[in-house]
Amino acid sequence: MWGFYFSELVRSLPFFIKGLWMTVAVSGLSLIMGTIIGFIWGIMRTSKNKVLRYLIGAWVDLIRGTPFLVQVFIVFFILPGIGIELEAFPAAVIALTNLAACFICEIVAGGILAVSSGQREAATASGLSAYQQLRYIILPQALRTILPPLVGQYVLLVKDSSVVSAIGVVDVTRVGWLTVQRIPEGIMVFGLVGILYFVICYPLINLSNTLERRMTVAATKL
Amino acid sequence: MLETFNFRVILEYMPLYMQCFAATLWLSAVSLIGALSVGIIACAMRLSAFRVVSSISGVYIESIRSTPLLAQLYFFYFGLPSLGIMLPEWVTGVFALTLNSGAYYAEIVRSGIQAIPNGQIEAGIASGLNYFQRMRYIILPQALGMTIRPMLGQAIVLVKDSSLLSLISIMELTRAGQLLTSDRFMPAEGFLTTAAFYLIIYYMLKGFSSWSEKRLIFREAH
Repeated sequence: MWGFYFSELVRSLPFFIKGLWMTVAVSGLSLIMGTIIGFIWGIMRTSKNKVLRYLIGAWVDLIRGTPFLVQVFIVFFILPGIGIELEAFPAAVIALTNLAACFICEIVAGGILAVSSGQREAATASGLSAYQQLRYIILPQALRTILPPLVGQYVLLVKDSSVVSAIGVVDVTRVGWLTVQRIPEGIMVFGLVGILYFVICYPLINLSNTLERRMTVAATKL
Repeated sequence: MLETFNFRVILEYMPLYMQCFAATLWLSAVSLIGALSVGIIACAMRLSAFRVVSSISGVYIESIRSTPLLAQLYFFYFGLPSLGIMLPEWVTGVFALTLNSGAYYAEIVRSGIQAIPNGQIEAGIASGLNYFQRMRYIILPQALGMTIRPMLGQAIVLVKDSSLLSLISIMELTRAGQLLTSDRFMPAEGFLTTAAFYLIIYYMLKGFSSWSEKRLIFREAH
């Protein structure tokens, strides 16, 4: 029986590859947009505008304090109630982008605050505008602290993308769930699902570790 | 949306929510205790001088960290029965949560232990302290102080992750929201109430985290 299930599983491999593409599409899109929004929010979070700082901080807290599954349900089930009809895919991308933006915002804000205040003062004294300070002094130095946890966050987000299978996005996890109804060998089916996630996540984890080592070395050289 | 927001229904479902709130709390608490124990054991194994022991723990930690919790949950939920092991859903859920968070706790504990400079351990050996005395009086007090924040952070993640248990039909907070959605078709009332309950836990843990930073005095190494 085991051999039969195994060959069945091999035959449904194209289905799994399709699911893998869906996972890559959902998380890739959300990561790109989330990084852009996260950087903007992170810069705003460290700005002098108190209201802005407070608003972003409160929003980030709300998102960090609730499970992603609940957020996905809220986007998918509640937005139609206020007139925004969404398919599962855009709903998933919106929810994941927002989650990514919130986590990246915290990382970026932390990185900016870690740049010593003397640098900012020196930049002001040299007559650089606020934009020039950010572009040439603050961000290049902050990136050193931001990059390793940013890549680490990407791993978490790729994994979080599995949750969107709950609203019917046919990603790897959903494919596994559908397959296991037909091939009742959970270990085999979800072992394969695990391997597919591992293929994406493990190199990213290693990249994050390498960046961390490199950046620490670079910082001590400075 | 707010005009039609039905507080009466929420009140009507409040007993269910309280019951589910309690369920989320104890499911998380049991998993947290389990995860801490698994984490400490896995970390001790990871730091072991025996190659085999340390690589077993390494494989466990890496494979958990590179795959999503939902895939792990389905792995056990669909996989254990095919091995002939029949467990109630909540046991499977707690088991998966425990193993998942255990891997993260192992990494947190390890980073805490490895942050202690080698000289202190050598000094401990030179003063004639045995392994357990070194652990008890030198390493653990410092490591705990350094890791209390990431540990509470992981506890927050664990509580949020417990929402995935609703997908294998365990009664907890997210499931209550799903019930309200399917019984009355009131997703806004259902999921926003669910989110509010999670926020209560989040703010409590977050408050405890900043309190512990101020109040719990762990002497730093000089």
